[in-house]
Amino acid sequence: MSAATALAPQPSTTGFSFDNCQRNAALESSGMAVPKAVKTGTTICGIVFKDGVILGADTRATDGSTVASLNCQKIHYLAPNMYCCGAGTAADTEQTTKLISSNLELHSLNTGRQAPLSTALKMLAQMLFKYQGHISAALVLGGVDRLGPHIYSVHPHGSVDRLPYVTMGSGSLAAMAVFESRYRPNMELEEGKKLVRDAIAAGIFNDLGSGTNVDLCVITKDGAQMLRPYDVANVKGARQERYRFKRGTTAVLKTRLRKFDVQEEEVVSMDTSEASGSA
Amino acid sequence: MSVQTMQPGARETAAGGPRQRYFYPYADNGGTVVAIAGDDFVVVASDTRLSSGYSIYTRDQKKTFQLSERTILGSTGCWCDVLTMTKVLRARMQMYRHEHNKAMSTGAVAQLLSTMLYHKRFFPYYVSNVLAGLDENGKGIVYHYDPVGHHDPGKCYTGGSGGALIQPLLDNQINYKNQENVTPEPLTVKKTVSIIKDVFTSACERDIYTGDAVAIQVITKDGITEELFPLRRD
Repeated sequence: MSAATALAPQPSTTGFSFDNCQRNAALESSGMAVPKAVKTGTTICGIVFKDGVILGADTRATDGSTVASLNCQKIHYLAPNMYCCGAGTAADTEQTTKLISSNLELHSLNTGRQAPLSTALKMLAQMLFKYQGHISAALVLGGVDRLGPHIYSVHPHGSVDRLPYVTMGSGSLAAMAVFESRYRPNMELEEGKKLVRDAIAAGIFNDLGSGTNVDLCVITKDGAQMLRPYDVANVKGARQERYRFKRGTTAVLKTRLRKFDVQEEEVVSMDTSEASGSA
Repeated sequence: MSVQTMQPGARETAAGGPRQRYFYPYADNGGTVVAIAGDDFVVVASDTRLSSGYSIYTRDQKKTFQLSERTILGSTGCWCDVLTMTKVLRARMQMYRHEHNKAMSTGAVAQLLSTMLYHKRFFPYYVSNVLAGLDENGKGIVYHYDPVGHHDPGKCYTGGSGGALIQPLLDNQINYKNQENVTPEPLTVKKTVSIIKDVFTSACERDIYTGDAVAIQVITKDGITEELFPLRRD
């Protein structure tokens, strides 16, 4: 590796580089327009019901005012008894949940037991706090462990809340309005599913950053059930006209026929290991 | 067009020193408008959603304005500017009617709108305009405007937030761009309305500001007919 000099400093190999912060502050104060952070828009939520927890999410991913994905998955697997909904920057939620899921599995093998939710919670919160909010991941963590069903919300700066019902994302206000109106403790399964579905639907229809379908995940002490999609709330309209292009619409300018000499090869595999047959 | 923030913006220096506050006079209320001209008709369509940021104001506001028996204006963008601009335009058309004792032709309206917009060159109407109508010979014509009044006549134009998604498809289907060995067929009202429904269906899949319904109006020498076609509401 070449030696680092003052003129050509060696770039950091780990973590974030904060080298441009001073420059950015100077540019900002001299009148440069600060680039706006892209909000990706989402409605996610979770409730505790009689037998466990139910997580819900919409399926729209936006890039500014354009829909980048109509049917993306926002409920991420952490462990067989834990799932995590993610709002904010899609890459951040995906990578954060993947990392913690991987570490949870190693942890579980190391300790020889199923990790409680508080383990995943601590891992997520400590990582997000370490990055001081630069990782834009707002999560709804839910699952059932030996201590019972839990729902947590985790904010991008690393704060956590344990609550019977939570919502996150740009559609969180629409979803929370539904929860505050109809949530009761110890609901039955079907009632709980309907409540979560209605909360996500409120986000889908009233928030422009959320849309398309409702995904649910029901977790009880017997395991987790992913319902994707639980409710197909929006379908693309049927096409009125046919848009087939006739042959020749892209004109063929030149046709050239080349003959290739094809040699057929047949591969027969032989077991050449020591253990087979007699030497 | 940038989305207006909920509160007046403040530029803060990183050190937290004196802040300069400012009032941003424009809002982007979204919406898409399309107009297609035929040999003896014009079809104008707009979606009916009015929004601000991530919220919906209403699902029931079409963006087309009937200016006369044979001219319709489609306007999207900053809704307050749309309302004022159309109000002033209608007043100017009425003044013309009283002075010249005849209704304004589509070409005359096109020129008038252009002049009106340029008069506000240094504090523009933040509006995407598409003017459509029948000319003196009964032939369909569509004009497309920028916010300060540049206008171009043509066969089909789009405007608004979903305009960029729709225009290339119309260039291909109506103006036969990027197609070879095709015999252009004369456009019928039925086929045009079907194409309009299809382009709006596609646009509302990918543009969050387009949706709810599309109001389609057809101008012919016999009058103006209207149809409301429902779209996705998410």
